[in-house]
Amino acid sequence: MEIINILNHFDYTLMIVAIGAALLGAVSGSLGTYAVLRRQSLLGDAISHAALPGIAIAFLLTGSKTPLILVLGAAIAGWLGTLLIMSIVRMTRIKYDSALGIVLSTFFGFGLVLHTLIQRTGNANQAGLDTFLFGQAATMLKRDILTIGILGGIAIIITFIFWKELKLLVFDEGFAASLGFSTRALDILLTSLLVIAIVLGLQAVGAVLMSAMLVAPAVAARQWTDRLSLMMFLAACFGALAGVSGTIISSSASRIPTGPTIVLCATVIVGFSILFAANRGLLWDWTRQQRNRRGLKTAAGGLFKEPQQGGD
Amino acid sequence: MQPLETKAIEVTDLTVAYQDKPVLWDIDLDVPPGVLLSIVGPNGAGKTTLIKAILGLVRPAAGNVLIYDKPYEAQRRIVGYVPQRGTVDWDFPTNVLDVVMMGRYGALGWIRRPGKQERELAMHALEKVGLEEYRARQISQLSGGQQQRVFLARALVQDATIYLMDEPFQGVDATTERAIVTLLQELRANGKTVVVVHHDLQTVEDYFDWVMLLNIRRVASGPVAETFTPDNLRETYGGRVAFIKNQ
Repeated sequence: MEIINILNHFDYTLMIVAIGAALLGAVSGSLGTYAVLRRQSLLGDAISHAALPGIAIAFLLTGSKTPLILVLGAAIAGWLGTLLIMSIVRMTRIKYDSALGIVLSTFFGFGLVLHTLIQRTGNANQAGLDTFLFGQAATMLKRDILTIGILGGIAIIITFIFWKELKLLVFDEGFAASLGFSTRALDILLTSLLVIAIVLGLQAVGAVLMSAMLVAPAVAARQWTDRLSLMMFLAACFGALAGVSGTIISSSASRIPTGPTIVLCATVIVGFSILFAANRGLLWDWTRQQRNRRGLKTAAGGLFKEPQQGGD
Repeated sequence: MQPLETKAIEVTDLTVAYQDKPVLWDIDLDVPPGVLLSIVGPNGAGKTTLIKAILGLVRPAAGNVLIYDKPYEAQRRIVGYVPQRGTVDWDFPTNVLDVVMMGRYGALGWIRRPGKQERELAMHALEKVGLEEYRARQISQLSGGQQQRVFLARALVQDATIYLMDEPFQGVDATTERAIVTLLQELRANGKTVVVVHHDLQTVEDYFDWVMLLNIRRVASGPVAETFTPDNLRETYGGRVAFIKNQ
């Protein structure tokens, strides 16, 4: 009887966590599609690292660990980091990648200092803040799922509303501007969506590896399709799959951080896609090359044989 | 030139600088309606920047641009744009028809999606550039010339009065080049004004009726017969190009 109770309890927790991870993977996978297509994969990394001090400051100011408050702090800090990168590029001669590196490490360092300070104060409430570094999906509660579901849902609905504009922005920004679409506004919109996807995932996956959740599912999805809508759908599925499998694996043993496990699962999906996808996969390339070579050999063989026959 | 003549494009005292380096210096240019104008000049002469400045894509340090006596913002719907082919990632997950339909996005405005009408217009434009069979083709599987024709079709569905094209002949095969020339002449015959950034001095006299010689400053502009002279070319290219007129 007791065993059944424990089992039920375990199942319930795991179910909550798995649903949360799946939602998270779906949101970050679909929004990551734009990051990958815009070649802004590293921007996700900068945002997630820059979000860390925001969590600490939100906690210091409010003393609360309510997910919505921490997420808000993370989002503001992530946004400030992005703005800082953009202004550095615009106002100085420092290049984009250097600006990314500077902002990423400065914010992250500041975040680490703040988190250490919070831990020193011995606030009984502080336990759990360090999960934002490497992620701990096991700490996810029903209210976290609600936060992820609502905010992530809004983000995805916005991408559907502005589907045509965002596609045009990512494909041909100059043409979009010539048609009168405000590329500045669209850029801000897209970055905001990325910020939302990232800060939602911080608790489960952690700041260090969150960008992989944006990039990996989209990279894998691109291997299987040449259609943007399908790519986004597949990226959402792959993200959800990585989220669920990573969570289950990390929950099966204690003290395995969820973030790295989820990312490893995503990496397996990417590896599989790069190797075996139709048309774009390496295996496909290889067989095509072999077929061509064989075809050439037959043709060349024919050429060599003919003069011999003529010589007889 | 008569002062009261309407001008399709009127550029006045235009100066554009990137950081503190001037890319265009005090440019004046009048383009009368219905001409086929080529902009020629050496690399770094500011040809692309001039097109972008006309389209409001770069902010000038000084000067202004009028399209039929109004600023570009008020005339977007009558201007079509063909950017350089190399400015986009052709591995983007989309197909030919979808890219061509993007030419209707401006007329559709925010949020509204393209529908049956847009699809038909796009198909019609694809027929014009001879790519109707490629409508479902992934764009990375096109040759350079086909990609260029996709961009032209996208501009055609804009149904503009003025077309600005940046290097449409770059890296295309002879067939595509002929197809583009025919298309340009057809546009002019329909009363459109076409401005083309062009690289090949040998073909200027055959393809275009007006020319602008540009090297940061405007060296000359006007009908090809009067403007495309050895003296002007020497001034534009600084004597580095030995240009042989085939006459």
